Amino acid sequence: MTELPKKTKRKLGLVIDLDTCVGCHACVVSCKGWNTKNYGVPLSDQDPYGSDPEGTFLNRVHTYEVQPVEGEAQLVHFPRSCLHCEDAPCVTVCPTGASYKRVEDGIVLVNEQDCIGCGLCAWACPYGARELDAAEGVMKKCTLCVDRIYNDNLPEEDRVPACVRTCPSGARHFGDFSDPGSEVNKISESRGGFDLMPEQGTKPVNKYLPPRPKDTIKEIDVLSPLLVPVAEEPKGFMDWLDKKLDGF
Amino acid sequence: MIDQPYLNTSPKVSDEIRQTTCYMCACRCGIDVHLKDGKVAYIEGNRNHPVNKGVLCAKGSAGIMQVNAPSRLRAPLKRVGPRGAGKFKEITWDEALQLAVGCLKPVRDKNPEKLAFFTGRDQSQSFTSFWAQDFGTPNYAAHGGFCSVNMATAGIYTIGGAFWEFGEPDWEKTKMFMIFGVAEDHDSNPIKIGLSRLKERGSKIIAVNPIRTGYNAIADEWIGIVPGTDGQFILALVHELLKAGKIDLDYLSRYTNAPVLVDPGSGLLLRDKDGKQLVVDKRTGDVVPFDKTAIYPDLKGEYSEDGACRKTVFHSLVEQYLKPEYSPEAVAENTGISAGKIRAIALELSKVAFEESIELDCSWKDFRGEEHKKMVGRPVSFHAMRGISAHSNGFQTCRALHLLQILLGSIEVPGGFRLKPPYPKPAEIHPKPHCKVTPGFPLDGPHLGFVHGPDDLMLKEDGTPARIDKAFTWENPMSAHGLMHMVISNAYHGDPYRIDTLFLYMANMSWNSSMNTRGVIKMLTDVNEDGNYIIPNIIYSDAYSSEMVAYADLILPDTTYLERHDCISILDRPISKAGALADAIRWPVITPDRNVRGFQSVLCELGAKLGLPNFVNEDGSQKYKDYADYIVNHIRKPGIGPLAGFRGDGTCTGRGEVNPKQLDQYIKNGGFFMKKIPDGCHYYKPWNMDYQSWAVEMGLYDSPQPYLFQLYLEPLRKFQRAAEGHGDRQPPDHLRERIRNTMDPLPIWYPAFEDNHVNTTDYPLHALTQRPMAMYHSWGGQNAWLRQIHGMNPLYISSKLMRKHALQDGEWIKVSSVHGSIIVPVAEMAALNDDTVWTWNAIGKRKGTWALEENAPETTKGFLLNHLIHELLPPKGDGYRWANADPITGQAAWFDLRVKIEKTESSNSTEPRFETIKSPVGVGPKSLQWKVGND
Repeated sequence: MTELPKKTKRKLGLVIDLDTCVGCHACVVSCKGWNTKNYGVPLSDQDPYGSDPEGTFLNRVHTYEVQPVEGEAQLVHFPRSCLHCEDAPCVTVCPTGASYKRVEDGIVLVNEQDCIGCGLCAWACPYGARELDAAEGVMKKCTLCVDRIYNDNLPEEDRVPACVRTCPSGARHFGDFSDPGSEVNKISESRGGFDLMPEQGTKPVNKYLPPRPKDTIKEIDVLSPLLVPVAEEPKGFMDWLDKKLDGF
Repeated sequence: MIDQPYLNTSPKVSDEIRQTTCYMCACRCGIDVHLKDGKVAYIEGNRNHPVNKGVLCAKGSAGIMQVNAPSRLRAPLKRVGPRGAGKFKEITWDEALQLAVGCLKPVRDKNPEKLAFFTGRDQSQSFTSFWAQDFGTPNYAAHGGFCSVNMATAGIYTIGGAFWEFGEPDWEKTKMFMIFGVAEDHDSNPIKIGLSRLKERGSKIIAVNPIRTGYNAIADEWIGIVPGTDGQFILALVHELLKAGKIDLDYLSRYTNAPVLVDPGSGLLLRDKDGKQLVVDKRTGDVVPFDKTAIYPDLKGEYSEDGACRKTVFHSLVEQYLKPEYSPEAVAENTGISAGKIRAIALELSKVAFEESIELDCSWKDFRGEEHKKMVGRPVSFHAMRGISAHSNGFQTCRALHLLQILLGSIEVPGGFRLKPPYPKPAEIHPKPHCKVTPGFPLDGPHLGFVHGPDDLMLKEDGTPARIDKAFTWENPMSAHGLMHMVISNAYHGDPYRIDTLFLYMANMSWNSSMNTRGVIKMLTDVNEDGNYIIPNIIYSDAYSSEMVAYADLILPDTTYLERHDCISILDRPISKAGALADAIRWPVITPDRNVRGFQSVLCELGAKLGLPNFVNEDGSQKYKDYADYIVNHIRKPGIGPLAGFRGDGTCTGRGEVNPKQLDQYIKNGGFFMKKIPDGCHYYKPWNMDYQSWAVEMGLYDSPQPYLFQLYLEPLRKFQRAAEGHGDRQPPDHLRERIRNTMDPLPIWYPAFEDNHVNTTDYPLHALTQRPMAMYHSWGGQNAWLRQIHGMNPLYISSKLMRKHALQDGEWIKVSSVHGSIIVPVAEMAALNDDTVWTWNAIGKRKGTWALEENAPETTKGFLLNHLIHELLPPKGDGYRWANADPITGQAAWFDLRVKIEKTESSNSTEPRFETIKSPVGVGPKSLQWKVGND
């Protein structure tokens, strides 16, 4: 058993906008690129050119279809990564203390030197957000780019997670949820940000914004006054035009 | 107390950042390439870059897996087995060039047209075309003919620019955005950035697409239209708006040829002795040239002489589109969109355009000398791509969309659609095509261009096509990008003639870039009675072990995009924004570890060895050491070269002497150059004299070129007249009816040709492909990261069809067209037009290629729809070969495809199956842990 901090100084996390995410996988690959180069062992790929290519990713995008009771089916793109839960079951289940939640910012990390690759944490996580790296046998997960967000070697504007910096459709926001005035809190509040599977009791830090209502334009009856014909025939139209052009 | 381990949160990021231009797709984003120990460690978007503003897509970030891909070719190759077997011998560059010269020199000396030089997704067309022109063959084009030439051509003829590279919505001001047939085709990151801006402001996004993926999935409204009927839908919107008088009459009067007079007998536009279109001045009643100072053109103008009354284009337009056949009720069933919905969309457009219009306090002076105090904007904008373009009615459909934009007054205005420099410019100032061959000498001018009537066609004296692809002939008179998809088929059939050498660059013509893939493979490998190949010589340049490699006799291995110089040239398709002129370069941020050379540099050397006049100095020595040397030192006309930035002493833009340090300055500036359009010139550019003067100063043209948007496109009428029997140059009889019916000078809709050639009861479904966002053509398949996202492709079919055929996800079906059949796995998709099936583009690979193992999912569960699509329509029994293409531009009609499906037994592999090609590079490693540097 590993202990969770009673309280963290900050609560860093992401707001992910399901209304704007086009499902392009930019965040997936930029995460793979940064984290292959940085924190811990590289994110390896097995059989990368073969029949069953499978590598370690800290962030994946899934696509779901939603069929409303009325109206057209919709497609929702759902990026999935660690939610940096306040009551993170992946930490408490860890037998070696390798998994831990940082006191200063709430980021959940794996100290790879202490990880024995037992996989208990991945079982405990209800979100499927951890992946065991097959080459090194250590558990990998989203670090919220802990090696970017405080990195003095990066320009200040780049001190955000790689997925946030790269997202072309602006669907990812990074910030401190412990600060009531923070942008992430404001966005989340104004757009109905929600917890993923709150019934699991994990108190996720990351929030998701729901897709806005779709297909709201109503059909117009032929008799609608809104597009009143000025004429039905060319002759009548040209008469109307005459009057209109007098104004110019 | 919790014991946290020490963590260095400020690790060194990289040794160095080098900024260049991405080439993981055609978007041309700026990238920061992080290097450690001289190797690529990480790639991210360049924040200062005008295209992507720091963001980067999945493909861009995966570039690292492209430059280390095991599929990279390593040395020049000479074929030693039969074509298609993949047996090669590595040779030196000296040998390779000697072989190429040995092949090409006799051709140039005797019959330059026997070289067909075609390039694929080449971003150096102003250079490759220059080389081909110097060689003297008329047979050059790039891949536009099978990509989106309908879009480009319809746009340039109609509005003097086009969607994608030539224009963009006014993302910051538009209040409603409508996209037609857009997947991840082009301009991908700018569109995503733009959609995000619209979402922030709550501007409505309407997506018209049979498939609700990607951008369409996040749109507020989805119109799941029947493929190929967009033109009908658009013209019904036109009908509704016109009938309700919801059109911008002032805009139409001032900036379009709506008030231009039409001769009722010929249908030609009235012109003065200088060829200027004539209008009636509402103020004086006089008939005057459209650009006369201080006039106001009268939309209702009339002019009678010799008993005949000349009325305006607008008059014809009203008569045409008020007809009941354009009403929502008339098109509802065919388009699959209810009349009430069509009317509702028309209403939304009119509300936003006219009730939420924008007025900027910005004075400007128009080309008639009139001062305007404000810039008025109709904030509805549109974008469209291959979904409407890749049909045999695509040109007219693209024209219809421009008509809709123009009626709403929404082009080149605040909140509307704006053109990017060097556009806007009138179609007339583009070059015309050229085809005059003189053995041993250059061609008489550029190959490709814009025709304005039968006199401009590329026909020989006997009336037969001058070009191997039959571009600019009666079969497709306005084929401004050529027809790369017809080259192999025409050369094989000797129609119009046979060739000696096929020279291709980065075009996978034996696989995903050809229709009728198996047929094309046969054409590439068939021999004549003497045992010689029917296409005698094939030279190919590619960076990777693509399917095409095995079919060439000589391979010139290209570099990857991070190992080369390139220029995204102002002479071609630069990276400009609507508010700025911009171009860009690539430069070798890493050094190749293989015996490969940038193709353009090879052309510099080959050009010199062939003695091409623009590639040798007076003493006969090689003029351009390499492509970089050409980029800096080539002068297209005095003061103007491939790059607009940092000319002369480094401070000149557009015009200026050669600057030997130009590339260094581009590199220092992040790999690009950008010059903002001055204030007051951002809108109304075709008519805004301050913009026009600036454009001249920049070298975009040599004198101001104000013009009118061409709602009525006279060149089309000229071809129609020829088909009616007027003029000396006459079409063959079998084409007359088609020319008359399709080349209407006002936008029309007609059914896709395939619908008239196959029984649509037997083939009830439409079949489409889309490009995935995380994969670009065949390139992505070799990428270890991207292929984990898209390693196979099912055929997506609607819930209705799943039930009808009692199918479950993962089961297999036979998909048949009139041309052939394939066996593929299926997956259900509800957010899909009921009668449409579709799959991702170019995921399927041939065994033995791209350094993938033979049993890779791309080969067993990936497939191409190409096998179902023929380059020709089914024979009519008249002995003619009818191309499966738009009759105006020759654009490949990929999306006209009609199919039927039936359930089959479970399978372990898609069909057709092809023999394995022997890989010239082996296969990739079994595991990958990519990390550079030691920390």
